[in-house]
Amino acid sequence: MPLDHNPDKKDFKVVGHVKTRPDGVDKVTGRAKFGADMFAPGMLHAKILRSPHAHARIKSIDTSKAEALPGVKAVVTAADFPDNPDLLANEELVNIRYNVMARGKVLYDGHAVAAVAAVNPRVARQALKLIEVDYEVLPHVVDVELAMAPGAPILHEDLRTNGEGDEPTNVARTIEIGHGDIDAGFKEADFIVERTFTAGAAHQGYIEPHACLANVSGDGSGEIWCCTQGHFMVRDFCAQICGMEVSKLRVTASEIGGGFGGKTTIFIEPVALALSRKTGRPVKLVMTRDEVFRATGPTASSSTHIKMGCTKDGVITAAYAELHYQGGAFPGAPSDMGAMTAFACYQPKAVKALGWDVVTNRPKQAAYRAPGAPMAAFAVESVVSELAAKIGMDPIDFRLKNAATSGSRSSYGPTYSDIGLVETLEAAKAHPNYSIPLGPNQGRGVASGFWFNFGGQTAVSLNVNIDGSVALSVGTPDIGGSRASMCAMAAEELGIPYENVQTIIADTGSLGYNDVTDGSRVTFASGLATIEAARNAKKVLCARAAKIWGIPEDAVKWEDGCAIPAGPNAGEFPPLSIKELAAQAGETGGPIAGHYEISADGAGPSFATHIVDAEVDRETGRITILRYLIVQDAGKAVSPTYVEGQMQGGAVQGIGWALNEEYIYNDKGLLENPGFLDYRIPVASDLPMIDTQIVEVPNPGHPYGVRGVGETSIVPPLGAVANAVAAATGTRPQELPVSPPRLLKLMKDQPLAAE
Amino acid sequence: MTHSHVTTTINGDTVDYLCDAEETLLDVLRDRLGMTGAKEGCGTGDCGACTVEMDGRIVCSCLVLGAEADGRSIRTIEGMAKGEELHPLQRHFLEGAALQCGICTPGILVAARALLEKNPNPSETEIRYWLAGNLCRCTGYDKIIRAVQNAAAEMRGESNAA
Repeated sequence: MPLDHNPDKKDFKVVGHVKTRPDGVDKVTGRAKFGADMFAPGMLHAKILRSPHAHARIKSIDTSKAEALPGVKAVVTAADFPDNPDLLANEELVNIRYNVMARGKVLYDGHAVAAVAAVNPRVARQALKLIEVDYEVLPHVVDVELAMAPGAPILHEDLRTNGEGDEPTNVARTIEIGHGDIDAGFKEADFIVERTFTAGAAHQGYIEPHACLANVSGDGSGEIWCCTQGHFMVRDFCAQICGMEVSKLRVTASEIGGGFGGKTTIFIEPVALALSRKTGRPVKLVMTRDEVFRATGPTASSSTHIKMGCTKDGVITAAYAELHYQGGAFPGAPSDMGAMTAFACYQPKAVKALGWDVVTNRPKQAAYRAPGAPMAAFAVESVVSELAAKIGMDPIDFRLKNAATSGSRSSYGPTYSDIGLVETLEAAKAHPNYSIPLGPNQGRGVASGFWFNFGGQTAVSLNVNIDGSVALSVGTPDIGGSRASMCAMAAEELGIPYENVQTIIADTGSLGYNDVTDGSRVTFASGLATIEAARNAKKVLCARAAKIWGIPEDAVKWEDGCAIPAGPNAGEFPPLSIKELAAQAGETGGPIAGHYEISADGAGPSFATHIVDAEVDRETGRITILRYLIVQDAGKAVSPTYVEGQMQGGAVQGIGWALNEEYIYNDKGLLENPGFLDYRIPVASDLPMIDTQIVEVPNPGHPYGVRGVGETSIVPPLGAVANAVAAATGTRPQELPVSPPRLLKLMKDQPLAAE
Repeated sequence: MTHSHVTTTINGDTVDYLCDAEETLLDVLRDRLGMTGAKEGCGTGDCGACTVEMDGRIVCSCLVLGAEADGRSIRTIEGMAKGEELHPLQRHFLEGAALQCGICTPGILVAARALLEKNPNPSETEIRYWLAGNLCRCTGYDKIIRAVQNAAAEMRGESNAA
C-alpha cells in the first residue's frame, strides 16, 4: 500500500517544538529503572568466570569445589547450552552461543568459561576462585595484518574465506563494491594521493554495564528484564540458545543507560536464564566495567589503504580503498559497511572498494554508531583534504565540487533520492566558525560523513483511552529520546496536545516483532508506523462519529482533534472531540485503536559536515579542541534539542576515538586498559561547547520528511580532527588515536611542510 | 561473615542497616535500602555515576564502605526534589535536554548541587573541571554545562535564566 507521504508538510503544531521528554522526570529524580535496578523475591546473584588467556584449549573444568561452597546454588558451563536443531541451522547464533560461553577453546582474554549463581554477589565471586580450569595456552594474534599473514595462529579450524577453499584462514569474508574503470580514472588524474591509515578499536563506552534479571518458572516459561537495544532480539536469541519455545519467553526492556550499538546483541542473558532454570529462582547478572571492556563489543580496528586522484580543476577521477577490519574472535567486522560508506559523499567517475573481515583473539566486535564508517571516513577525508591542498583549493569548495547530490549515483550503487550533503557544506562554509583567525600551533580541519540509515521491521499499537488520551506502545527501546518523538508524531497526527500521549516500550508479549533499535531507524520507522497507526485510529474515530450522526463514514473527516462533517452535504453536526468519541466507545463498537506493521524502507541517508579547530602543544603532544561545528541534515527535526544532542554526543565520541580511545594489548594478547581510567573517554574539561546547525532536506520516504540522525555525527570527527592536526603541525596523522606520545613521535619522525 | 550495624542519616532520615565488611556504600544503598538512584558504572571511582554527598563532600559511593557511613550524613539523588517540586538543576536538565539515557544524570546532579552550594557563580571552566569526574557518553557535555549555568543563574535570582 503506498503511504500518504507529504514530506513538504510545513504547518507542524507539535513536531519540531518538543520541549521535555516523557521519561525525563524519572531520570532526574533517580526513579528510572535501568538494567541493574530490578529486584525479585528470592533472587540469586550470578558472576561469570572469564579466560585469563588470549587463546587456549580448555582441557577440563572442575566446578565441584565451587558447587560445594555454602550459598552457591548452581554453576553452568558450555555443557548447559546443548545443541538443538534451530540453533545449529543458524551459523550466527552458533557463534553467539560460543561467544556467550566458551566451548573447547577460549578465543580472547575475558571469554566466558563458567558462571555461578549464589545467595549474594560476594559468595558468587568467592566461588569463581574455586573453579579449576586446565588450559593449554595456544599462540594468539590480535593485529589485523598479522592475522591475515601466512602462518598466523588460526582461531577456527573450520573457517574458510566466504565459505570456500581448503585451507583454514582468519579471513572470514571479502567484499568488493564499485563501478567505472578505475585504471582509466587514475590515468585521467593530475594528482594522486595514496596512503595507509590505521584506527584503533574503540568501545561504545556506555556508562551502564550490561545487566539482566532472568526468572524461569517451573512450567518452563520465563521472563527476562534487561538493558538492550532490542528485546525481541534478546527473546529470540535466548530462546533458541536455551532450547525454549519463543512464546514461553517474555522480555522487558529496562531503561537503557547508553548503547550506541553495543547492546544490539546478547552476552549475559542466556547465562542468567540457564542459571535460573537450574535453580528455579530469579537470577540477576550484572557485568563489571572490567567485563564490559574485556568481553563485550568494541568496534573493529582497521587498517585502510586509500588511493584517490583528481584533476587540477578539482574533479575526483578515481577512488580506491582496501579496508582490513578485525572484528575479534568471530566473523562480522563491518568491512562491508566501511567499503560502502567510504566514498559515499562523492561522485568519483570510477570507484572500487575492497573489504576484508578478519578474526583475531579479541572480543567479538559489536556495532558502534555507524559501524564501519568512521574509520573509512577518517582515511578518505584525510586524503580528500590532502588533494584539495595539493591543488590549492579550499577543502569545502573541493568537497562541494565532488559532492553527491540528489539523483546522483551513490558510490555503493543505488541512486540517491533527496539528500542534503551540499546544504551541509554550504552552511558550514557560511558559518562564522569557518573564518575565525587561527593562532600559532592551531589548525582547522573539515570532514564530511554519510550514514545509510535503516528502516526494518516495526510494529506499533495506539489505543485511545476512555478520557481521549492516547496510549502508544512501540517495540523499539528508547536510546535517544524516541518516546518524546513518538508522542509528538502521534499528537501531531491526531491533533491533540503532546501531553495527552503516553508512549511505552511494550514487552515482547504485548506487541508484534520489532527489529532492534539500530541504524538510526527508530524516529524514522517507529515514527512512520506511529503516524500510520494514528491514521488508522482516525479512521475508526470518524466511523464512530458517522455512526452517532447516522451518516456515511466517508462523510466524516478528522480535523484538529475532532470529527467533523466532511462537507455541506454531509449534514450539520457539531464537532465530536476525541474525548467525546472515546467516552461513547463502548456503545459505538468497542475500544478505539490503530495498529500498524511494516518492514520499512525509504529511510533516507543523512549527511553531515564538521569543522574543528585544534591546538597542538608541541612539548607534551596534547591536542586541545578549541571549537567544533556540526552541520547535519535531519530531514525534519521532530525534537530539535534532542537532534542537537545526538549530533553533539556522536561528535564527542568521534573526538575521543581520534584523540585517546583504543584497546591496548600486551604481548600475551591481554587487554591492558579495561577501565575508564586507562581507556579514557572525553570528560567535561576536555571539551568546548559543541556548535550545531540543523539542515532540513525532507526525506521523501517519511510522512513528515524525517531522517535518522543518531549515527552520521560520529562519521566525520576522526577525519576532521586528523585534518586539523595536519594543518596545525604540517604532519599528517595516519594512526588513530593520535594520543600525545603518538603525536610527539610523529612530529619528531616525519616533519612535513604545512599543507 | 560478621555484619556491622550502622546508624547513619540519609536525606535527613535516620537509617539503620547491617552490612558485610566488604560491601560498599553503593551496594548498601542499592541492594539493602532499595535506593537505586546512584548507579554503578565502573566500581573503581572513575565514572562518577554513584556520586553521593557525605558530610557535605561529594564521594564516589563505590569507594566508600557501607560501614564507613556510620554517624555520617548522606545526601543522594532521591532527596533532591521536594515532593513534586524539582530542584532548579533537575528542572533545567529536563528543559535543556541535558540528559539522554539518564544513567549518569543522578551523579551529575548531586555533584552539580554541591558545586552551586559552594560556588553560586561558577565559570564554564569551573563547571567543566568540577564535573570532570562524572562521565557522560551521550551528550558531549554541552547541554549539561548550559543547564548548570542556567540553574545557577536562576538560583542567584537572575531573571534572564533561560
